[in-house]
Amino acid sequence: MPTVKGDGMRGLAVFISDIRNCKSKEAEIKRINKELANIRSKFKGDKTLDGYQKKKYVCKLLFIFLLGHDIDFGHMEAVNLLSSNRYTEKQIGYLFISVLIGANNDLMKLVIQAIRNDLAGRNPIHITLALQCVANIGSREMAEGLSVDIPKLLVSGDTIDSVKQSAALTLLRLLRSSPDSIPMGEWMSRIIHLLNDQHMGVVTAAASLIENLVKKNPEEYKGCVSLAVSRLSRIVTSSYTDLQDYTYYFVPAPWLSVKLLRLLQNYPPPEDPAVKTRLSECLETILNKAQEPPKSKKVQHSNAKNAVLFEAINLIIHMDSDPNLLVRACNQLGQFLQHRETNLRYLALESMCLLATSEFSHEAVKKHQETVITALKTERDVSVRQRAVDLLYAMCDRTNAEEIVGEMLEYLESADYSIREEMVLKVAILAEKYAVDYTWYVDVILNLIRIAGDYVSEEVWYRVIQIVINRDDVQGYAAKTVFEALQAPACHENMVKVGGYILGEFGNLIAGDPRSGSAVQFQLLHSKYHLCSPATRGLLLSAYIKFINLFPEIKHIIQDVLRSDNNMRNADVELQQRSIEYLQLSSITTADVLATVLEEMPPFPERESSILAKLKKKKPSSVPEGSEQKETTASKIPAVQMSNNVDIAPPTSINLMSQGESSTDDFVDQGSPQGGSASVDLLGLGSPTQPTAPSVGSGGLLDMFDTLTSHSSAPATNGIDLGGLSGGAEEAFRKFICKNNGVLFENDLLQIGVKSEYREDLGRLWVFYGNKTTFQLNAFLVDVSTPGNLSESLSIQQKPVGGEVEAGAQVKQQFNMACVQEFAEAPVMTIQFLYSGAQQKISLKLPVVLNKYITPAEMDANTFFTRWKALNSPSQECQQIIKATSPIDHEQVKAKASGYCVL
Amino acid sequence: MHFGHDEKQKLIEEVHAVVTVRDAKHTNFVKFRNFKIVYRRYAGLYFCICVDVSDNNLAYLEAIHNSIEVLNDYFHNVCELDLIFNFHKVYSVVDEMFLAGEIRETRQTKVLKQLLMLSSLE
Repeated sequence: MPTVKGDGMRGLAVFISDIRNCKSKEAEIKRINKELANIRSKFKGDKTLDGYQKKKYVCKLLFIFLLGHDIDFGHMEAVNLLSSNRYTEKQIGYLFISVLIGANNDLMKLVIQAIRNDLAGRNPIHITLALQCVANIGSREMAEGLSVDIPKLLVSGDTIDSVKQSAALTLLRLLRSSPDSIPMGEWMSRIIHLLNDQHMGVVTAAASLIENLVKKNPEEYKGCVSLAVSRLSRIVTSSYTDLQDYTYYFVPAPWLSVKLLRLLQNYPPPEDPAVKTRLSECLETILNKAQEPPKSKKVQHSNAKNAVLFEAINLIIHMDSDPNLLVRACNQLGQFLQHRETNLRYLALESMCLLATSEFSHEAVKKHQETVITALKTERDVSVRQRAVDLLYAMCDRTNAEEIVGEMLEYLESADYSIREEMVLKVAILAEKYAVDYTWYVDVILNLIRIAGDYVSEEVWYRVIQIVINRDDVQGYAAKTVFEALQAPACHENMVKVGGYILGEFGNLIAGDPRSGSAVQFQLLHSKYHLCSPATRGLLLSAYIKFINLFPEIKHIIQDVLRSDNNMRNADVELQQRSIEYLQLSSITTADVLATVLEEMPPFPERESSILAKLKKKKPSSVPEGSEQKETTASKIPAVQMSNNVDIAPPTSINLMSQGESSTDDFVDQGSPQGGSASVDLLGLGSPTQPTAPSVGSGGLLDMFDTLTSHSSAPATNGIDLGGLSGGAEEAFRKFICKNNGVLFENDLLQIGVKSEYREDLGRLWVFYGNKTTFQLNAFLVDVSTPGNLSESLSIQQKPVGGEVEAGAQVKQQFNMACVQEFAEAPVMTIQFLYSGAQQKISLKLPVVLNKYITPAEMDANTFFTRWKALNSPSQECQQIIKATSPIDHEQVKAKASGYCVL
Repeated sequence: MHFGHDEKQKLIEEVHAVVTVRDAKHTNFVKFRNFKIVYRRYAGLYFCICVDVSDNNLAYLEAIHNSIEVLNDYFHNVCELDLIFNFHKVYSVVDEMFLAGEIRETRQTKVLKQLLMLSSLE
């Protein structure tokens, strides 16, 4: 048994030995239960235990707890130990509480009282123990109970250094866990001067607290910049013997240096020229030292030195103002790229990634491309390879894109599963961003699907289709390439999707060659059909109907396929419906109608790449690999929108091209007018601006469609403008008769909420416009009109609303409405905005109803009945009996009546 | 951050699973949830610190070593058994050097002096 130091608790040591000697888990549990029974009986016994015994038993309980067993007693005994005057007893009490008692325990009040007593006492050892307990638990209750005591300790003149250190960090903990419970006071102005404290330990602790305060309010603590610089300068330029014990393996105060360098990263480069020069000198000195021969061969020396160096480089990158320093930093990191220490290679790649984004050092970073590519291929640690990928991505530009993308594709074949998805996104983005020749882009994406099909998310293959459709110079090439790719005996389902889509649109461009004639193309696609999921099959069915238009000569073959039991009676409703509808469409319509309906897709509106959006989402949280993060993105919108009855005007560019076109595309787009399931959203492609409502000029088609499939009458009414109002506006308005707050409107772009309050003849109404998309809504305009002579009865004053709604943001608009005389109509609010360049319009009734202006009048029974009886002429009484459609719930009726303003 | 007992147990298991599979050629840093773990192995024991992604890796790596040197001095050639039998003292050492998740004191002689003074108390 090892010696137990100082206050040996012999019983504890024996117990621990016993546990360690247990041969089995059962024996251990048996021994523990025996001990628990023993302790319990001691705690319950008549004999009062002395402090030593209490301490010993509490400590045993703690040990049992740390072994992973539940402890349900002993808490009170631990709290008792807090009032002991012996250090060891107090320490065990506080330790038990810190480890075992949750913030919400009933005993917390007692604990806080004990802490307060210790803080108020004069014994620095007790104060420190109390502070450590607070820092370890850090509950809100503690923050509230001790919000005055702790700051006082920190700035008081007679507090000793080690207590100051603990007080600073304890305060930091409380500021983190419940920032609003700590009153800001006089201590705040004095806090930055702790950076000047003689004692380096105090500075080390205070620097963390100050950084936290600075992050919240940089302006208020601006003074810390010059203090931090001068402190840093004194450390960096001192010879290591000056700092005595704060030198660690010949490096002067490395941890404090790191903290100071981090603190400075919260500010722009210093304005004061003297401070600025001094800081530059520090940074140069740190870079110089990196070049000096090491003072020790020990890894501790190089780690400590490089910890400071990397933090200095972070600061240089943060300031991003001194090209000389940036390039020097880059050269230094370049040396590390080939260092034998994996840690250094990893950190160099990480830092260089930041340097690549600075205009001053981008070129310098590019010089290391070969080394980084070698790292990608040879590093043993996947996290290092991941960093290499990140750096290649960051250093990529038009001059090296082809090479970098090529290397990344090559590496992808053997890359770890954990980083494949992210790599695919990165390759797809680089290929798009730096493509000079779009045939290259198409090749890259198809290669991605070939090499890592499972990791190619929807965004990636949607994007290649968008680009092919928008660029007619690449369409023929794309058709040829997908045709060839589909020849492979086993091809990824994503390849079938892209192939189906592209051949459906542009198969005619390669049909001249008999080796890729219409029938060959169809057979090729259809040979994959049975291996695919229903979603892909739905897409292929749409490609087939497009084939009927492109290649009338194979119409009968396709019709046979559509007619087959496998399709027309498929268990999947969507496939069944598509088969039936496409078959009918191809049988009944004339060639002209068919050609109009199935015309080539119009270009997609230009927008931020959805892939980039996905990568942005993926990166900041740096979520580990896994499929759960396949987010529901914009791609799902069109299908859902159909049920929302929103009248969204088609993008003007499409309108200009041909009147019927937008609606015909919708027709294919919707596929299933009733189901609207996202899986069949063939042409959705993340483009919510695609019109979802058949509009003017499509009547004939709709009529025909109606008679074809009696059950699919939905599109005829779906989304059609009802009396100028957006669909659903009337119902939403009615909800507000008995309510003051709620959601007035919601679709996939926008949520509109309303809050209102009324007082006598005045009403105030706030409308909240929430942008649900990941893009900015532009030219946001709200107009209110008053139908008929409503303006005479209701005067509306509208506060302006800004022209933009940022992605994910909410803006508020206030309306003031005074009721002049009774009114029946409601004002109409028209909201217009541009979403990805497409004009959107939503018309809603502003929920202002006459009853809101009813004010209850107080009166006693007599007055009431006098008035009541006075109402005796026939026109003053009206009675109507209606049958309740649902059981009457008193609470609900009360709520409604109060919302209606009659209670 | 507050964790319940079960969550803590789960954290320990997860960290164990992430760290112990790595070999000596790997870095001493590993991503963990939305943080990173900086760890160092001494014989069969791993010492781990979980820090923010933006924190300085090497500084924490050396902070681990710094505290191991203190433990070594304090226990005169520390071994695993010292840490088990004196687990309550280990907490004192940690509280001297780290507090509220931050580095509190880095000077070894000062920490040791304080610890010896505490040991001499009843």
